[in-house]
Amino acid sequence: MEKETAIRLEGITKRFGDVVANRSVSLEVYRGEILSLLGENGSGKTTLMNMISGIYFPDQGHIFVGEKEVLIRSPKDAIDLGIGMIHQHFKLVDVLTAAENIVLGLREKGKFDKKAVAARVQAISEKYGFSIDPQKKVYDMSVSEKQTVEIIKVLYRGADILILDEPTAVLTPQETEKLFAVLRAMRDDGKAIIIITHKLQEVLELSDRVSVLRKGEYIGTVSTAEATAQSLTDMMVGQATVLNIERPEPVNPQKRLSVAGLTVVDGNGVRKLSNVSFDVYGGEILGIAGISGCGQKELLESIAGLQNVQTGSIIYHTDEGSEELVGKSAMAIREKGIRLSFVPEDRLGMGLVANMDMAGNMMLRSFKRGRFGLSDRKSPEVLAEQVKDDLEVVTPSIQTPVRRMSGGNVQKVLVGREIAAEPKILMTAYAVRGLDINTSYTIYHLLNQQKEKGVAVIYVGEDLDVLLELCDRILVLCGGQVSGILNGRSATREQVGLMMTKVGGAS
Amino acid sequence: MNRKEPLIRLAKRDDLGTMNAWIIRIVSIFAALILFAGLIVSVGYNPVSVYVAMIGGALGSPLNIQQTIKIMIPLLGASLAIAPAFKMKFWNIGVEGQITVGGICATYFALTFQNSWPSGVLLPVMCLAAAIGGGLWGMLPAVFRAKWGTNETLFTLMLNYIAIGVVKYLQGGPWEKVPKGTQMIERFAQTARMPNVWGVTAGGFIVLALVIFMYCYLRFTKQGYQIAVVGESEATARYAGINVGRVIVRTMFVSGAIAGLVGFIVVSGINYTLSDSVAGGVGFTGITVAWLAQLNPIGMVFISMLLAVLTKGASTINTLTHNALPESMSDMLTGLILFCMLASEFFIRYRMIFRTRQKEAAK
Repeated sequence: MEKETAIRLEGITKRFGDVVANRSVSLEVYRGEILSLLGENGSGKTTLMNMISGIYFPDQGHIFVGEKEVLIRSPKDAIDLGIGMIHQHFKLVDVLTAAENIVLGLREKGKFDKKAVAARVQAISEKYGFSIDPQKKVYDMSVSEKQTVEIIKVLYRGADILILDEPTAVLTPQETEKLFAVLRAMRDDGKAIIIITHKLQEVLELSDRVSVLRKGEYIGTVSTAEATAQSLTDMMVGQATVLNIERPEPVNPQKRLSVAGLTVVDGNGVRKLSNVSFDVYGGEILGIAGISGCGQKELLESIAGLQNVQTGSIIYHTDEGSEELVGKSAMAIREKGIRLSFVPEDRLGMGLVANMDMAGNMMLRSFKRGRFGLSDRKSPEVLAEQVKDDLEVVTPSIQTPVRRMSGGNVQKVLVGREIAAEPKILMTAYAVRGLDINTSYTIYHLLNQQKEKGVAVIYVGEDLDVLLELCDRILVLCGGQVSGILNGRSATREQVGLMMTKVGGAS
Repeated sequence: MNRKEPLIRLAKRDDLGTMNAWIIRIVSIFAALILFAGLIVSVGYNPVSVYVAMIGGALGSPLNIQQTIKIMIPLLGASLAIAPAFKMKFWNIGVEGQITVGGICATYFALTFQNSWPSGVLLPVMCLAAAIGGGLWGMLPAVFRAKWGTNETLFTLMLNYIAIGVVKYLQGGPWEKVPKGTQMIERFAQTARMPNVWGVTAGGFIVLALVIFMYCYLRFTKQGYQIAVVGESEATARYAGINVGRVIVRTMFVSGAIAGLVGFIVVSGINYTLSDSVAGGVGFTGITVAWLAQLNPIGMVFISMLLAVLTKGASTINTLTHNALPESMSDMLTGLILFCMLASEFFIRYRMIFRTRQKEAAK
């Protein structure tokens, strides 16, 4: 069968100030295929797709839909051309139903006919194997249901070119399987599908062809059948990299932290953690797995003294004795001399001050030092220089605001500061989210170094493969409860996946 | 091709550097002056001679300079009071009221003890009372915000009217001078008046000292650092162990206390009495000054000087042109300058890309 072009890009260039996000990128997608757009973070995948969906306008280059050259000036133009994008962060109105969200913004004549819309939604759902209740409100939906609504929304508008931006980032392995089945059904229906991702496993499993971007430049397209994880990585990174994460055996593990019966209820009366108990040992990495929002954040913040705890205890052990952490503020914990470091999920919104430079951010930990009410500004500068050199932070100078740095360098600043405090416990939340492969490995290496020094490392992660390769033990959370604690060396993906969706995991 | 590329597109600029950014801002002030010249021409005057007369009126003689500085002192003081609050992104638009309360507190001591205490005791007491009074008045909305998350913008704004209402009550009631019926408070005795230096109140030195204090406070102290962190992100502040509520309340005390000091300077050094217009709008104009100076205390000196020169110059022009150019034209000019400077921020951040494709196609 002759392949029919759905969309073709020629020499697309887009600059943001000095930064060239895309340099002369050319790409072609056929009808009835799934193309993976692969690249590290900052390689320009999302920018490129945003130009197709009308959010950005290219500085140079041409876009063809079918055989005709088009100019896409707004998302509306894109929709008119049958291009629909499903963004990483959903754009839905929480208080409306699925059906209302789907027709929102459509300019159809006549009044809003609930039944007709529901029938059409139903038809689309059946065709591709979705399951959705058109009358369900968005705030009642799981992440995967919301994603379904987003997909139906673009299909309802008649899209036959679909772009999905990291669609599996928030899904469990089981939900991912379902999504893939739907995508295959759409492909067989003749739609062109582009999926942006950096998970190699998914690329190999799902797509027909893979196009790789690196640092804004188009590297090449290969057919998935001829690709391997190693060959794709080499294209992405530009050199051969070793994919294994080291995992040294824990040496002389000593109990550092015991959490018992921890229960947290938030301001709205929602129970975020119930009766969570576990121990953490020095010299090990304890992984915490779970679907996003099932209590990881509250757990770490409880330990760090940032969360009101209803019941339970968190005891910090040292050779000299033990200390109860529940009821102590973050400052009180620090003043007690408890060496607790925390790399929070929201780097710029919580761990760092985006508009301050590196030195100013180092001061977050040390501003209390200094005489006469004046804070010591010298030692943070020294520390900033040291972190910059040790972790090879790429920045024009330590005076540059951290918001102007790339994601990987921002994380190096944050991790560097927390490690420089010489912790006994190091907590990290999604430490490698959004980082490129090289920086991710740098972070894994730093965590292992801390582990070998006898630090108790808590690693909250979302990539199961990494959790299984890096951690000595894995605690699985499900809906605020401990679903189980597994040995990282013997656990399997499926085991962890099941425990994430159901307490205990057994079906 | 039936569709056209958009005529103008916007793109984020690379960092311009502080120097270039300030050059654009200064150019924007000239742009405002040129725009305003058009208005002057439209009512039949020569803009050049009007501007020359304005500058002469504001800075032409020692007396004129004294009067300009008299306008500048409370304005600069008010913008300094705003600086720490705005740095914390706490929108204190209640400086007007905090100045008024400072004035009330100072006046209480002036009226009660002006005949019994010597200046050396009375003035420091008035000064302290004004600072504490203004500080507590500023703390009130901060406590509510820290405890219950109330909106500080409305809260501080409403408190202005309460403070002014209290003065209206005092000047028509308990503190009204004899004979009654004037709705005015008597002028202070010499002991309650601040001395003049070079024809200008010594309060000017207090304000200059505050400029240096505020510069150092925001830049070098632990509290200044905490203010900056809370302003940027409360979540980060909590993460760093900063007690956010306490910082908000403390900072608003400092902000209110400085406003209170301004109230003291106005009643004791400029008006020698208290009236309901003690703040006279500087609490609001001070916001303009603080904003235009990007919350930099040194910058505030220049911006408040600029606005004072405009105000004084405009009143001179009003006399010269026999009311053809009203005094309120200084407000119009200030408005234009503000408008142009705000517009310039846009050009500092973005650059425009004009349609080019048509030309390429023609080649």
